[in-house]
Amino acid sequence: MSQPELLSQDFELGFTYTRSTGPVVGRFLTDLRDRIIVGIKGSDGKVYVPPMEYDPVTAEELSEFVEVGQSGEVVSWCWVKEPRDSHPSAVPFAWALIKLDGADVPMVHVLRASAESEVSTGMRVTARWAEETRGFITDIDGFVAAGDES
Amino acid sequence: MKDIAIVSFAQSDCVRNAGAKNEVELIMPVIKSALGAAGLSTAQDVDFTCSGSCDYQQGAAFAFVLGVDALGAVPPIKESHVEMDAAWALYEAILKIRMGHADSALVYGFGKSSPGELPTVLSQQLDPYYLAPLWVDTVSLAAMQARMMLDQGVMEEADMAAVVARSRRNALANNPHAQLKGEVAVEQLLAEETWVSPLRKHDCCPVSDGASAMVLCTVEKAREWGKPYAVISGIDHRIETHNLGARDLTRSVSTEQAAAVAGVSDGAIEVAEIYAPYSHQEIILTRALGLGSETVVNPSGGVLAGNLMMASGLSRIGEVAQRIINGDIKRGLAHATSGPCLQHNLVTVLEAA
Amino acid sequence: MSEEREMITGIEVPIYLKYHFTAGEATARFLSQVRQGKLVGQRCPSCNNVYLPPRGSCAACGVATTEEVEVADKCTVESFTIVYIPIPGNPIQPPYVIANLIPDGANISFIHLLSECDNDTVHRGQRVQAVWKPQEEWDYAMDNIRYFKPLDEPDVPSESIGKVPVTGWEV
Repeated sequence: MSQPELLSQDFELGFTYTRSTGPVVGRFLTDLRDRIIVGIKGSDGKVYVPPMEYDPVTAEELSEFVEVGQSGEVVSWCWVKEPRDSHPSAVPFAWALIKLDGADVPMVHVLRASAESEVSTGMRVTARWAEETRGFITDIDGFVAAGDES
Repeated sequence: MKDIAIVSFAQSDCVRNAGAKNEVELIMPVIKSALGAAGLSTAQDVDFTCSGSCDYQQGAAFAFVLGVDALGAVPPIKESHVEMDAAWALYEAILKIRMGHADSALVYGFGKSSPGELPTVLSQQLDPYYLAPLWVDTVSLAAMQARMMLDQGVMEEADMAAVVARSRRNALANNPHAQLKGEVAVEQLLAEETWVSPLRKHDCCPVSDGASAMVLCTVEKAREWGKPYAVISGIDHRIETHNLGARDLTRSVSTEQAAAVAGVSDGAIEVAEIYAPYSHQEIILTRALGLGSETVVNPSGGVLAGNLMMASGLSRIGEVAQRIINGDIKRGLAHATSGPCLQHNLVTVLEAA
Repeated sequence: MSEEREMITGIEVPIYLKYHFTAGEATARFLSQVRQGKLVGQRCPSCNNVYLPPRGSCAACGVATTEEVEVADKCTVESFTIVYIPIPGNPIQPPYVIANLIPDGANISFIHLLSECDNDTVHRGQRVQAVWKPQEEWDYAMDNIRYFKPLDEPDVPSESIGKVPVTGWEV
């Protein structure tokens, strides 16, 4: 048989999921809508932000919520020179692991800065809220260098 | 407990885009080759078949079912699938044999990642409430892990480049299936721009299409077939929390645990094939596995030379098994990983009969 | 914090992923010929069954199929269902008939629509033929055939379904 023609086509696959949040994730997202960030105490008293439903070590069900600060420290980060279509920024930005004041476990979120040279490990950052909050992880539009949040 | 032998292994080339090959057309040649090397012709000739793949990669729902068209599954065969790397399909097959439900098995894995944008596709394997909606990609997560190691002085950028240089050199010398190979100096690599800083493009495994397959059986069956084989003397896998912030990303606790149970330190390891999709992760893993200078790490070049997502873990095991079958070495280990930043790890120790 | 506030209990998290799909060799070969108005399957070198559309392998024997075989656009109904519920994204208005059809010269069925028929009397063994779109509309797609419609031919008995030669069904 001869070589066939190469046939190809673009397509988009959509999974239009709705997800039940349960009491722990639901509480966190409800608070985000109110521009409050809460964590949860693990078995050893460590504060996890965002809250986990079960302790990752003891598997104990967790329920003790703790409000944490909206500022914190960059534990690690990377600089995205070429944002992907799916990324929450069209211009270069950083992803960061951010330990909020009052939390023991850092969370992953967007860190907005105008240049890589403005980002460093240990820097202080503050949450900047989306114009409208709806109870979703992107209610925090991203973190910015402390003092730049307005 | 029954001793288990690997009698044959086959892998395709790692290519950036397999183009006009569907799942069956990718899988069939390696299955034929692995079965043929064991003196078999179809999946009818083994007691159990198990595969590993992920439909999201090519965006075709139930693509793994279409893959069964390559097997010759009439009359029906005992068959299973894991939505994971085929190293875990091997694990399932081992359990099946150990439980006495099978004496032989065919295991294969395949990946056609070229139709999609793999790091973005993999973002959807993350926590569906806190991470997946941010679309944080797997390269970025690995980059934050590398930054931690650099910040803590666990390694330097030159150490990462040295891993890449060795991978390319080994692939050139030993691996006809490699996608990336060649002589390249550490200084040359360090002179390149960062991509997702601190990672440079060469620190990240390439995206590859392809497949691999293996035949395993009880040691008694291997003797009956009269085929040379490698014995699986230990295998274990462990997983860590999905919460990246709650893990010490600079080490791999789950690999340490799996290595201890698999008996890595019970004897000298001549060759280790390690599934490290990013250069800094090879550094984490060689430490977690307790490997020293007496061990040749990734003689194939590892996955930095070509990464068949969902088959690379099985290929690591095959690379070591083949060296034992060929009589080149007596004892080696293979490692497979799954999830972001080395979340889930499987360690296999292989020995000569 | 107000105790009366409405708690979030669920979120919408739509996922859209972009792909560039490439048809396999067997599919590309098949569709290229469908574009020419021909139905070309592939024969298994081991069991001689002809598959349409071909996948590049015989699923039963696990061997690659390489020999191409043109089959007829006349088929036998192997099985069917009548769809009464609308399916999201499907433009066809219910009720309609979906059938497993085996073309003359092939041994395994494929799925297509039946129309211009009395839904209540559609039956296994019934003879049907393709109704093609006008040639100028042909593309690399199975909907070059709009649907299949009944033929005025005697039924194929159960034991002969899937064994009709390419030359057709003669009692």
